[in-house]
Amino acid sequence: MTIRDKTAIVGVGATPYYRRGESYPQTELEMACRAILLALEDAGLTVADVDGFALFAYGYDPAQVAATLGVPEVRFSAQLTSGGGGSAGALGLAAAAIEAGMATCVVSYMTLQQRGRRIGGTAKGGFPEHALGSYGGHAVSPLAAFTANDGLIAPGHQFAWLAQRHMHLYGTKREHFAEVCIASRENARRRPETALHTKPLTLDDYFNARMISDPLCLFDYTVESDGAVAVITVAADRAKDLRQPPAYILASAHGGNGRWGPSHLQWFQTPDDEFASSGHRPVAKRLYEMAGIAPADVDVALLYDHFSPMVIMQLEDYGFAPIGEGGPFVADGHIRWKTGSIPVNTHGGHLSEAYIIGMTHVREAVEQLRGVAVNQVDGAEIALVTGGPAALPVSSLLLRR
Amino acid sequence: MAANEKPGKARRGVFPTILDETYAVPMTQPFWDAAKEDRLVAPRCMTCGTFRLPPAPFCWVCQAQEVDWVELPGTGTVYTYTVVRHPLHPDLAEVVPYVSGLIELDGTQGAGARMLANIIDCDPEQIRIGTRVRIMFDHVNEEMSTPRFRPLDGESGS
Repeated sequence: MTIRDKTAIVGVGATPYYRRGESYPQTELEMACRAILLALEDAGLTVADVDGFALFAYGYDPAQVAATLGVPEVRFSAQLTSGGGGSAGALGLAAAAIEAGMATCVVSYMTLQQRGRRIGGTAKGGFPEHALGSYGGHAVSPLAAFTANDGLIAPGHQFAWLAQRHMHLYGTKREHFAEVCIASRENARRRPETALHTKPLTLDDYFNARMISDPLCLFDYTVESDGAVAVITVAADRAKDLRQPPAYILASAHGGNGRWGPSHLQWFQTPDDEFASSGHRPVAKRLYEMAGIAPADVDVALLYDHFSPMVIMQLEDYGFAPIGEGGPFVADGHIRWKTGSIPVNTHGGHLSEAYIIGMTHVREAVEQLRGVAVNQVDGAEIALVTGGPAALPVSSLLLRR
Repeated sequence: MAANEKPGKARRGVFPTILDETYAVPMTQPFWDAAKEDRLVAPRCMTCGTFRLPPAPFCWVCQAQEVDWVELPGTGTVYTYTVVRHPLHPDLAEVVPYVSGLIELDGTQGAGARMLANIIDCDPEQIRIGTRVRIMFDHVNEEMSTPRFRPLDGESGS
């Protein structure tokens, strides 16, 4: 038994995307509820239909959302562990809950307001809590002393490491990272109604940008933004009768090899053969097996792109390019919309559109399969969505028309 | 920031000690005791010989608990690194650029003993994967000796 084709995403809703902090004076709760109401309206459902929540990345507390919206009864409320790596997998969790009979209409969302805080930056007025291992108010771990003083204090630092190692092993170049950024920017430029960054980006712009953490420059980093995105999942037989064409959940998987482990800011014994990767290889294998398809069957890929080199490593780990050849693969134009063999992040991605911790990628996948995307891939039948690279678990999702 | 790291005391390239307590438990105490004496020690599984850094309660290969603490030469090779150029905190404006690297430690036969640390006293532009380095300890107070690495002269590059 698998979740293959048992459920479908039937509604998508989102607030506008805002630059960091600019969603104020709305609250994260208000934006979450607004996105959910829009998603329900999109599906032709109401709050009375909702009975489940499947979230990720310490998602905004469903207890608050359920109380605020007046959900009659919550029957399922769970989330994948850890951070942004779970965004695509949250939909797998929704599908599992429905297939197991624990819920019938499951909401997944992310709401984000970076006012007075910056994800991946430092806590206001001090060094980031994670350097001290004290997230959640726990006592300081005796392991914190082994990582607090090493100078690696932000996610960009750890992904710079992986990129550096990939360049060393395979000859990947900054020109390859630039192509990921420029391809995303070109896509974002055609959708100014959602994208936060629409100015043309040239190779010169890229190489003139300031370096943040070698080999990453400013453009290799995600946009910093606010907003909320919500999606609604129901059983496949019910989906057929709703307002929108269903985007069937063909497969979803999450996890990773145990020794991929937590954030590389705290853990650094990842095996050599997996170090310069996205951590997705075992997940990709299970995903394709569940779906019964091959990489060549995927029409559009929405790859989690908090840092541009990680797109290249995911192209390898999901079988679009051989291991180590992701750089030349993007340089050959394979990820461009219209002309490439596997268009990537047709919405502009985290790099140019907005960063709502992976949920904008889910939204774009659904719009591609409905045939209403701004940068529509002709005849798109199957879309891949990923969550992470990040701490374990990383996750992915295949949707079909 | 640690009390001893007063503003103005920042040194370019040297990431300050922001945690000056070790919060040591028996599982980690031998590391800090040795660090005080400028020695690098690492816990090695008594059953299968796998090193565990940072110290861990169980071996990830054989799940045994007991370790012996082995003194290592303190030299190693840069496995990967980054040059941090953007100061994420105002106190770091005087510190950037600094290098943070992952070091494969000599004497561990590749058996899982990497260390993550600030690499100092170097030209950041000269650090490469493969650069040879040696550990040093900054004795911050009675409790904390912060490990950092320096390039070994004449042996850098690969």
